Amino acid sequence: MTPLLTTKGLSRHFGGLRAVDGVDFTLMPGEIRAIIGPNGAGKTTFVSLLSGRIRPSSGMVVFDGADITAMPAYKRVRLGVAYTFQITSVFANLTAFDNVALPVQRTLTDGRTKGQVRSGVMAALERTGLAERAGTLAGQLSYGHQRLLEVAMGLALKPRLLILDEPTQGLADSEIDNFITLVREIARDAAVLLIEHNMPVVMQLAGRITVFNSGKILAEGTPGEIRANAEVQDAYLGAAHG
Amino acid sequence: MRNASPAKTYALHISVIALLFALNFVLPDYHQGLFARIMALAVFAMGYNLLFGYVGLLSLGHAMFFSAGLYGAGLTVYHLGWGVPEAFVAGVACGALLALVIGLLALRTSGVAFMIVTMMFAQVFYLLILYFAAWTGGDQGLVIQQASRVIAIGGASFDLTDPTVRYMSALALFSIILLVTLAVVCSRFGRVLVAIRENEERTKMLGYDTVANKLTAVVASGAICAASGAAYALLFGYVGSSFASVQYSILPLLWVLLGGAATTLGPLIGTLFMYYVTDITSGFTSAYLLIVGVALILLVLFFPKGILGSIRERWLRWLP
Amino acid sequence: MHFGPHLLLAALEGLVTSAVLALTALGLSLVFGVMRVVNVAHGEFFMLGAVLAWAVSTAISGHPAVGFVAALVIAPLLVGLVALVAERLVLRRLNYNPEGTIVATIGMLYIIQQLALTFYGPEARPVEPPFSYRILLPWFGYSGYKLSVVAASAILLVITWLVLTRTRIGLIMRATQYDRETAQAFGIPVERVYAGVFAVGAMLAAIAAVLIVPISQAHYLMGQDPLLLSFIVVIIGGLGSLRGTVVAAILIGLSDGIISMFFSPTLAKIIATLVVAMVLVFRPQGLFGTTPR
Repeated sequence: MTPLLTTKGLSRHFGGLRAVDGVDFTLMPGEIRAIIGPNGAGKTTFVSLLSGRIRPSSGMVVFDGADITAMPAYKRVRLGVAYTFQITSVFANLTAFDNVALPVQRTLTDGRTKGQVRSGVMAALERTGLAERAGTLAGQLSYGHQRLLEVAMGLALKPRLLILDEPTQGLADSEIDNFITLVREIARDAAVLLIEHNMPVVMQLAGRITVFNSGKILAEGTPGEIRANAEVQDAYLGAAHG
Repeated sequence: MRNASPAKTYALHISVIALLFALNFVLPDYHQGLFARIMALAVFAMGYNLLFGYVGLLSLGHAMFFSAGLYGAGLTVYHLGWGVPEAFVAGVACGALLALVIGLLALRTSGVAFMIVTMMFAQVFYLLILYFAAWTGGDQGLVIQQASRVIAIGGASFDLTDPTVRYMSALALFSIILLVTLAVVCSRFGRVLVAIRENEERTKMLGYDTVANKLTAVVASGAICAASGAAYALLFGYVGSSFASVQYSILPLLWVLLGGAATTLGPLIGTLFMYYVTDITSGFTSAYLLIVGVALILLVLFFPKGILGSIRERWLRWLP
Repeated sequence: MHFGPHLLLAALEGLVTSAVLALTALGLSLVFGVMRVVNVAHGEFFMLGAVLAWAVSTAISGHPAVGFVAALVIAPLLVGLVALVAERLVLRRLNYNPEGTIVATIGMLYIIQQLALTFYGPEARPVEPPFSYRILLPWFGYSGYKLSVVAASAILLVITWLVLTRTRIGLIMRATQYDRETAQAFGIPVERVYAGVFAVGAMLAAIAAVLIVPISQAHYLMGQDPLLLSFIVVIIGGLGSLRGTVVAAILIGLSDGIISMFFSPTLAKIIATLVVAMVLVFRPQGLFGTTPR
């Protein structure tokens, strides 16, 4: 099977700081991959390079066999690389409906899906349990619902790769359970790449885990392997608990 | 739009147009003329609103698009002897073309820099009109004779200097632009524009080429403002450099702020209100600019949503 | 007159323009740098300074120098007061929102201009220079007063620079400019700093205007050109950079004087405005600035 996404020697320097330093990374279709690592390890910068929000200093990004290193972010989204923000950034002054209508009409214009905006929007809202709140202004939704709306927007883009940046941050425990179910469902159509600090969530969801430290990949493997890795415990778990 | 009910929205806009149509037969001569002027200028305000209200781009240079239409229509009639319809099209084309060039340049900036850049380009345009006074008439301007302002269609001819013809022509343009704006605002494109206003970065990450969308909006806005300018030249028979001055970039901003930014009918209400305020006060003071100044400050301070914006917030959530 | 002396004359005139421009633009630059407010009414503070200078100097009889000195003190103070009131009543309430303040200062522009027209009238009125000594050069005589304007401006610029770099006030201003929230957290009275900066900015424009009225007369529309030129200077010099502002003022003042001799003033303005707009589009940090905004 050919990989969905690969990076070769991907680097990004900010002044003297090597936020991401020569990363070689491979993601297979349908995979749920978690990226973990201490704060400042370069996780968010790395996924920003994948989504095109930041340009790399060197290296390349290949998506589905095509070199997309120089491609602007909006075109990557059209290819199927969707990104949900670390800090919730739904359109607060628009209704939940309009928030989801934006990605839905995008895929309709591209010809990637057929049908009406309304039915597409309602399908995405129902999937995330927000259908009743379609007419509510996004800014007036609870925090948990805003995160779900964010996911609904990601879903509505019909992504082939959905990047979630700390999706469970600020969610209540009950909401986290729903979220885990949701991600498993998404993974039937798309690969999921998530940055996550909540270890139980990572262990339950991820097929494989990639550990970042100081802009480099420290380790990669199944949840069991990562748990057993002494180096990871030193760098990450040690740092987190000490 | 919230809980959009297209039938209700269109009914409201059609009734506004019908009301304006009926007013032609009731208004005294003086007010009939004033209303024709207000409707032509409300088109200018609607064009400005498309960019400022819906996309959130505050331009301080829209006088250049208005006057591109004004001179594009006026000069082709005056120097080349073109007919009214061709001249109107020429005016709109000038405005659209200018907007394309200015948009390509100015959209590289944002926020305060965008405001200053548009103001400077407008200033250049204004100075060019003065510099080429031999053709433009400079600050004296040019008067377009009555004979050049007659439209002949088939056997019938319409004289734009006739008050009723003038009123109806202004109304026709106003109605078309109002309905076009409404359609744009309710369309997918309109939704993207509002999304750009609310959060451009996020809109990009939904797969939208925000620069291309903004450029389209600038061109549409420029073309509508030029249509207003072209109509103004043909209906009132005068082109002059004062229409290109900074003041005419500020006025649409004032009208839109007053009426309510990002509302379809706000530009008309703002223009109407401001015109009558200055008309009434001019009876006892010549301090027109003072009123404009005070109005601007009071609006930004206490009433940033404008008349219709406040009404929408409190009572009529469905207003587009 | 031959080309050389001609050029010398143009350069001298340009130097006077530069001197006045540097002061005016410095005011605009300070306000933008510290408060991030684009003050469109800046030119009107300039005009108000000139008009008040005329009012003060005509109210005081005796030797012209007495009236002029009185104007040089009183007019800027009054303008500073007007600016303080405006800052307090309008800008502070807008929380210094960049776009809101632009619209509000446009409002101020119209109000000040209209009030000047109503109370001062549409005439251009001269102020007598404090002295009328002429310096005799081999080719032509040159007004000693004009040269003293250059000197006065240079002194004021040096004083401003010293205040900004060597005093506690300057430190506080720079801290506020760097990060408003942090400054506030460290107990800097940000609101008072803003009020002070806005007043000083307006006063610099007023001083420049008082210096120039004996040369160019007071008129209610005289604020427009200085506003445009100050914008140009501040943009070319890099928004909020003091050294850049002064260098750009000299550059613009000299080239304005020299270009106007060879081209029509309108064409000179067209070229200058277009160039500046392009600088803002393609190099927003200015020609001399280094840090992007």
